[in-house]
Amino acid sequence: MKFGIYPGCSLTGSARDYNESVFAIAEAFGLEFTQIPDWNCCGATAAHNLNKELSLALPARILALAEKNGLEEIIVPCAACYSRLVVTQHELKKDPELKNRICEVIEMDYRGTSVILNVIEWIDKYIIPKLEEKIVKPFNHKVACYYGCLLVRPDKILNYDRAEDPQTLDIVMSKIGAAPVDYPFKTECCGAGLSISRTDIVSKLSGKIIEDAEHRGAEAIIVACPMCHSNLDMRRPDINKYWKAKYKIPVIFVTQAIGLAIGLPAEKVGLKRHFVEVKIS
Amino acid sequence: MARIGVFVCHCGENISATVDCGKVAETIGNLKHVAYSTEYKYMCSDPGQTLIKDAIKEHNLTGVVVSACSPRMHEPTFRKACAEGGLNPFLCEMANLREHCSWVHEKNELTTEKAIDIVRTQVEKVKLNSALQPIKVPVTKTAMVIGGGIAGIQSALDIANTGHKVIMIERSPSIGGHMSQLSETFPTLDCSQCILTPRMVEVAQHPNITLYTYAEVESVEGFIGNFKVKVRKKAKSLDEKACTGCGLCTTKCPQKKIPNEFEQGMGMRPAIYVPFPQAVPNRPVIDRENCTYYIKGKCKICEIVCPTKAIRFDQPDEILELEIGAIVVATGFDIKHADFFPEYGHGRYKDIIDGLQFERLASASGPTAGVIKRPSDGEIPKNIVFIACAGSRDPAKGIAYCSKICCMYTAKHAMLYKHKVHEGKAHVFYMDIRSGGKNYDEFVRRAIEEDHVNYIRGRVSTVFERDGKLIVKGVDTLLGAQQVEIVADMVVLATAGVASSGAEDLAQKLHVSYDSHKFFAEAHPKLKPVETNTAGIFLAGACQNPKDIPDAVSQASGAAVKVAALFSQSELTREPLVAIVNRTSPPTYSTCVGCFMCQSVCPYQAIEREEFKARDGKVVKTVAKINEGLCQGCGTCVALCRSKSIDLLGYSNTQVYAEVVALLNEY
Repeated sequence: MKFGIYPGCSLTGSARDYNESVFAIAEAFGLEFTQIPDWNCCGATAAHNLNKELSLALPARILALAEKNGLEEIIVPCAACYSRLVVTQHELKKDPELKNRICEVIEMDYRGTSVILNVIEWIDKYIIPKLEEKIVKPFNHKVACYYGCLLVRPDKILNYDRAEDPQTLDIVMSKIGAAPVDYPFKTECCGAGLSISRTDIVSKLSGKIIEDAEHRGAEAIIVACPMCHSNLDMRRPDINKYWKAKYKIPVIFVTQAIGLAIGLPAEKVGLKRHFVEVKIS
Repeated sequence: MARIGVFVCHCGENISATVDCGKVAETIGNLKHVAYSTEYKYMCSDPGQTLIKDAIKEHNLTGVVVSACSPRMHEPTFRKACAEGGLNPFLCEMANLREHCSWVHEKNELTTEKAIDIVRTQVEKVKLNSALQPIKVPVTKTAMVIGGGIAGIQSALDIANTGHKVIMIERSPSIGGHMSQLSETFPTLDCSQCILTPRMVEVAQHPNITLYTYAEVESVEGFIGNFKVKVRKKAKSLDEKACTGCGLCTTKCPQKKIPNEFEQGMGMRPAIYVPFPQAVPNRPVIDRENCTYYIKGKCKICEIVCPTKAIRFDQPDEILELEIGAIVVATGFDIKHADFFPEYGHGRYKDIIDGLQFERLASASGPTAGVIKRPSDGEIPKNIVFIACAGSRDPAKGIAYCSKICCMYTAKHAMLYKHKVHEGKAHVFYMDIRSGGKNYDEFVRRAIEEDHVNYIRGRVSTVFERDGKLIVKGVDTLLGAQQVEIVADMVVLATAGVASSGAEDLAQKLHVSYDSHKFFAEAHPKLKPVETNTAGIFLAGACQNPKDIPDAVSQASGAAVKVAALFSQSELTREPLVAIVNRTSPPTYSTCVGCFMCQSVCPYQAIEREEFKARDGKVVKTVAKINEGLCQGCGTCVALCRSKSIDLLGYSNTQVYAEVVALLNEY
C-alpha cells in the first residue's frame, strides 16, 4: 500500500526529527510513502485570516494533486496542515458551488475523494495492528500526552476523539508500554504561531504545560504536532528564563516513542536533533 | 337543492387588512346554490353568531361556510352556533382565510382571489356534507396516574378527593420521586421530606387510591373513557400482606455493597431493601440482580430471619389488566449524567458531584446526616464551587434548552453550604441568573448579599485535580473576560434536567407525542398545557419539561381537574369524523375484499375483522370493520385501501374531489 504524504513546511525544516521518525517507523512496518508532487503551502494560520477563498484553494490544490497522482490516502503529520486539509475537504463537500469556484481558481479538477489521516489515525489504522509483535523495548515511562489545539479539532468535522478530553494518543502510548498520567493540560494553548512574534506569551503558556507535566511525574511530554514541539522544546530556554525554572522534561513525538519501542536507534528517529536533551531510551 | 350560507369574517383587521372581504362575500354570493353571503367584523362574537343563526332560519340554509380563522381555533364555536340555529353541526365548514391567506400574503388582488378560491372549495364541499350524529361512548370512572413523584401524588389526591377511583403506578419500590431526595426546598428552605411525606402517607391511606409500586405499564389499548391498561407488577419476592415492615431482613442481608439509588450512589444498600426510611409503602423488595440467592442459589438469610415468613423467592411477576377512563402521566425527569462533559471531571474525581448528590449530602437523612463532607476523604470542604448550566443552554455539547430549576437550586445549595460551613467560601459560576417566580429573585439576592456567595458570571473551561485539590478554571465576563482560577475542595455541577429514562418507550405505548428531547408533548404550548394530543391522557410535572415543585404541583392539579371534568359526564360525545367501510345490503355486497392492509397501517388498532356467515355457519366473506370508538379519523386506511372501500365521514373522497374540481373550474 502506497500512501501520499504531505510534509508541509515544518517537516522539511524545523521538524525534520518528526519527519525522520515517521519515515523510520513506516519503513520498519513495510509501509511506503509517496510525497505529493509539486505540493504547496497549506495556507497555515495566515491564509484563513486573510482570504477565505485562498485558504481553501491552497489545500484544494494539494488534494487535487493527490487525486491526480492516484494517492487515495494521504498522511499529514503536521496537525496544522492536517486541520487545513480536512476543513477544506469538508467545506467543499457541503458547498458544490464553492467547489466549482475553487476548481476554477486552482485550474484543476478536485473531487474530494482522498482520505486524509493525521498521524494518530495513521498509527491506529496501520501500525497498531502489527505493533505488539514488533515491540522489543517497551517504552516503560510515565508520559504526559499533549494534543494541542488542532490534532482532534474541529470535532464536528473530524468526529474523532473527544475535543476537550482526547484519549487516542494516551491509548497509543499505553500500547507501547507507557503509563500516561492524568494530565489536564492536554489541549491547553502552547502559544502556537506566536512562537516567532511573541516568545514571551509562548514562554508563559508553554511553561504551564511543562510545569504540570513535570509536577505529575511524567518523564516525557508526548506530542504529534511540529508547532507544539517547537514551542515546548526549542523555546525551552526562554520558558525557563520566564518562569525562573529548570524544566528538563523532554518533548518526544509519538512516532519517535514508537521507534524506540520497536528498537530503532535514537539517531534514526531524530532524537538527537532536540534542543532539550532526551535521556530516556 | 342546496342552499348554502357564506359568512366572511374580518377577524378585526387580521383578515380584512389584506383581503377585500366585501368582494369575497359579493363574489361568493353570486355562485350557484349560495343562498346567502355576508361579511362581519367579528363572526365569533355574539352578534356574529346570531347573524349565522338568524340566516339559517331566514334563508332555510342547508349548509354553512364560515370564512374566518383556522378550524382548530373556532370550528366548535361555529358548529355550536349552527346547531342552535337548527342546522346539523356537521353541515358547517370553515374556510381558513386567516392562517392560509391573509396572514401569509401581501394586500393585493391576488390575495383576495385566493380567498375567494378557498371559500369556493368549501362551498363545493359543504354541498356534499351529510348530517352526522355524534358518537356516544361510556366512561370508566377510574383514573390511572403513572409516576409517584410530587406531581403524581398531587394529581392522584386531587382526583381521589373528587370521589373518583385512582390507580397509581410507580416503577420504583416507593413513591416520593425526586422530591423525597431533596434536602430543603427553595425559596423558603423548608424541609422537603417534612412537606412531602404526609402526602405520601395520604396516598397510601386514601380509600379511593390503589397504589402499585414496583410496577410498570406494559401496554395501553383503547381510547378516552375506555382504556385497557396492562400493568406489570414486578415481583417484590415478598408477601406484602404478611410483611410487617420490621426491617430485620434488611439489617441481616449479607450483601451490603450495592450503590444506593436513593442516595445517588453516595451510600450503600443491601439486596433486600427499603429505599429510604420514610418510604411508602414501607415494605422491602429483593433486588434480584444483586441478591446472593438469585446469583448463587444459596443464602436465604432474609427468609430465615423473617418473623412472619413473608419472603417469597419464587414469586412471579404479576400482570394486572385494568379498565381506566383517563390517564395522568407524571413520570418526572432525570438529570443528565456529566460524562458528555469530560472536562468537568465528573466520574473521574470523587469530589465532583452533581446537584442531586449534593441534595443527599445536605439532607438530614442523607449518608452524612446532613454534614457537608466531601466524598473522597470525608473532610469538610472549605472552598466549594458550583457550576450552573453544566450541559443546559449548550447546544454544542449538551442540550439547547434551559433546565429552569438549576439557577434556583444552585443558589439554595450555596446557601445551605454557607449555613452549615460558616467559614467556608462558596462560588457560583453562572451564565445568567434566571429567577423568575414568586420570591425567587429575592432568594438569590439573599444568597449573594446575606450569605456572601461569590457569584461569577462566566463559564468554566475545565476542572482538574492537582495535589488533592480541584482546580476550576473559568472566566469572569463582568471583569473584562478575566481568567479565574479557583482552588476548590469540592465542585457541584448543576447538570441538565432531561426526560426520564423510558419516557420514549412509555410515550409509544400510550400513543402520545413527545419532543426531540423525549419530553412528553402538550397539545398546545399555551392553551392546552396539560392535555396531550391523545384524548383522555394528561400531563403533570417534569415529564413535560423540567419544572420546580410549585409548577409541577399546579400542573398536577390542572390535570386532575381535566380528569374530574371528564368523569363528570356519564357518557362522552365524540366527533363522528371517523372512517367507515362501505356497506350495502346485503353486507356481502361490500366492495371490501378483505385484504386487511388497512389493519396493518392503522396507528390506533381501530380496524377489526368482520365475518359474514351463511346459514350453515360457513364464513362467506370477511371484511374490515372500523371501531368508531378507537378511530381517530386520520385517514391512513382510506389512502391505502386498494378497492376504495373506506371513506372518512366528513372528508369523503367525493367531498375532497369536489374541492379540487372547484379549484380547476372557472366560476
